[in-house]
Amino acid sequence: MTTNHTPHNDSLLRFMTCGSVDDGKSTLIGRLLFDSKTILADTLTQMSRTSEKRGLSAVDLSLLTDGLQAEREQGITIDVAYRYFSTGTRKYIIADAPGHEQYTRNMVTAASTANLAIILIDARRGVLTQTRRHSYLAHLVGIQHIVVAVNKMDLVNYDQASYDKICADYLAFAKEIGLAQARDIRFIPISALAGDMLVDRLGNMNWYQGATLLEILEKAPAAHTENQEVFRFPVQFVCRPHASADAELHDYRGFMGRIESGEIAVGDAVTVLPNGYQSKVKAIQLGEANLNSAKTEQSVTLLLEDEIDTSRGDMIVKTSEAKEPVKQIDAFVCWLSETPLSTARSYIIRHTTRESKAKVSAIQYKVDVNTLEQQASSDLKMNDIARISFKLAQALMVDSYSVNHATGAFIVIDESTNNTVGAGMIV
Amino acid sequence: MTTHTSKQQALSHLDWLESEAIYILREVAGQCSNPVLLFSGGKDSLCILRLAEKAFRPGRFPFPLMHIDTGHNYKEVIDFRDQRAAELGERLIVRSVEDSMQRGTVVLKSADESRNKHQSVTLLEAIEEFGFDCCIGGARRDEEKARAKERIMSFRDEFGQWDPKNQRPELWNLYNARSHKGENIRAFPISNWTEMDVWQYIEREKLALPSIYFAHQRDVVMRGGSIVPVNVPLVNGDIANPAKAGEDIINMQVRFRTVGDISCTAPVLSDADSIEKIVLETATSTITERGATRLDDQTSDASMEQRKKEGYF
Repeated sequence: MTTNHTPHNDSLLRFMTCGSVDDGKSTLIGRLLFDSKTILADTLTQMSRTSEKRGLSAVDLSLLTDGLQAEREQGITIDVAYRYFSTGTRKYIIADAPGHEQYTRNMVTAASTANLAIILIDARRGVLTQTRRHSYLAHLVGIQHIVVAVNKMDLVNYDQASYDKICADYLAFAKEIGLAQARDIRFIPISALAGDMLVDRLGNMNWYQGATLLEILEKAPAAHTENQEVFRFPVQFVCRPHASADAELHDYRGFMGRIESGEIAVGDAVTVLPNGYQSKVKAIQLGEANLNSAKTEQSVTLLLEDEIDTSRGDMIVKTSEAKEPVKQIDAFVCWLSETPLSTARSYIIRHTTRESKAKVSAIQYKVDVNTLEQQASSDLKMNDIARISFKLAQALMVDSYSVNHATGAFIVIDESTNNTVGAGMIV
Repeated sequence: MTTHTSKQQALSHLDWLESEAIYILREVAGQCSNPVLLFSGGKDSLCILRLAEKAFRPGRFPFPLMHIDTGHNYKEVIDFRDQRAAELGERLIVRSVEDSMQRGTVVLKSADESRNKHQSVTLLEAIEEFGFDCCIGGARRDEEKARAKERIMSFRDEFGQWDPKNQRPELWNLYNARSHKGENIRAFPISNWTEMDVWQYIEREKLALPSIYFAHQRDVVMRGGSIVPVNVPLVNGDIANPAKAGEDIINMQVRFRTVGDISCTAPVLSDADSIEKIVLETATSTITERGATRLDDQTSDASMEQRKKEGYF
């Protein structure tokens, strides 16, 4: 592969790694960074000094990914960390979620921005409860591409039969939970420690003719490139420079935001929700440039033909794709806070750029992330996942999370602490 | 009106990073009532100024710019800072560590102690003076280990303290910048950028930079394995970092990879005198940005984390 150094990356891929304590997740990430020459000499020197201090014979690549003093003392990773590397054709952002306590919370957080997940399985141990949990969560949060990496192949003598059995077991389970039908799943045998089948083929597994891990990453589609999507533009900020010295700007009214999905072109008929005002796109601006059209993930400013009273929290959609805002939603919620959910209290729901007060009208059931069983429940504690119905004070224009992440996701905020206490995915 | 007939092309990585940063800046403007943009004249904050232009023009920035000046900054950078703020026509607030020293809130252990970490005190004083509820900064997660887990919107308590175990989970792009009076959010729009991304963006947007980023001749000495600039003229006419008795002053061709307080920012040997050459040099460097040039991070494995807990940016 090329180094991290060629300056022209065509695209960006966000992925996450799922694994528990001993299945080599940190080593895998360390190896990817090391083999892509992202680790520079001084970091390596510091790592080998620390490895020596701990009495290790070789440099421990997992040291790269445990960042905080508290973690180094306890030898565990306690929070999601973000790492970067680049191949010259692509920039990568890795969300590294720890495998310990608070796992569900951290994994949901990491998964929320990932388009691909690497699920690590220890070749000696096969599909475990934790594998099922990781897979369910990846599925719940809607990660499109799953790479099942059977690690530590060196410890099973690079045996193909062991690998095949694990793949078959996993596939059977993935079908059971609907993962196999909905997502793109790929399998790969690796040894993160030896660096086999990550970037290089070391010749130990010639029976495997598929792509290396890096080849899979290089070819995985970036987000939003696979499906045709409806246009959704939550207004973040309204620009009205009426006090400007430039008199021409006195009537300027720019609606600023990021296109969360779909495309828009000058002349398109649009509706502003929740009020339902209709107009046409007069101009699309990005910095000093005027664009004819713009697409998903571009931050732009829209100017409309008509003077419409629009503010932060409104949503601009194409008139043909408008939906009725709703005051009642059903969602899968992952609880993130040490303080359990209270059905007596009201919370704030932040959905796109809009906030609404909300109350729980019913906890329908809780999902056991290990057995995937549904259980009746009247409470929700940290790391729990449940299907919940909310009543909203303000109408929101929502889509189902399964068809549109940006307009199907929300966070729950506790007004007394301002903490983010829940993550919701609208059914 | 358009119809969806084809799948979309992905944005290039720079377009994606730019768009994300603009989005974050607009979220700060939309959610916070009195934000401020920390601007030092350094390359990262110059990128953020460019991003703010793209985010808010033709309007004015919905926040002033502020620099916490240690009084030991390179004159070239301070002049550049003032010039850039004037060109943009935005308000620049400068608060000085030397004023905190006069008030007695900053006490140096010795006259030549680095003032860098004391910026935290002056920053907190300025936050209180103006009632800022959010400070926008140019920190990046790839700079240092302790930053890899930093949120895009990072919560600080009334004492400006960062508690790594008590940060708000950050999901999707639903940022939570809410705070109670006295508390503070630090917002980092270029969290996901690497040093290389910053240089590529500077190259693409043709951004002007202070001259000390480019190769130039400078008087230096070798101290503890680092190149240390000496006899540096300050804005007020004083000289910072005088050479110590017995040190050999060498005139070398150097440039700075990071720019901050003189006492803790070391230059690297370089003949890169254009952005193009700097991009190439960054690509082939074998030393991390801070490893090479930040004397303050080398004290211990956890020194950045310690300073952040104490309210450092």
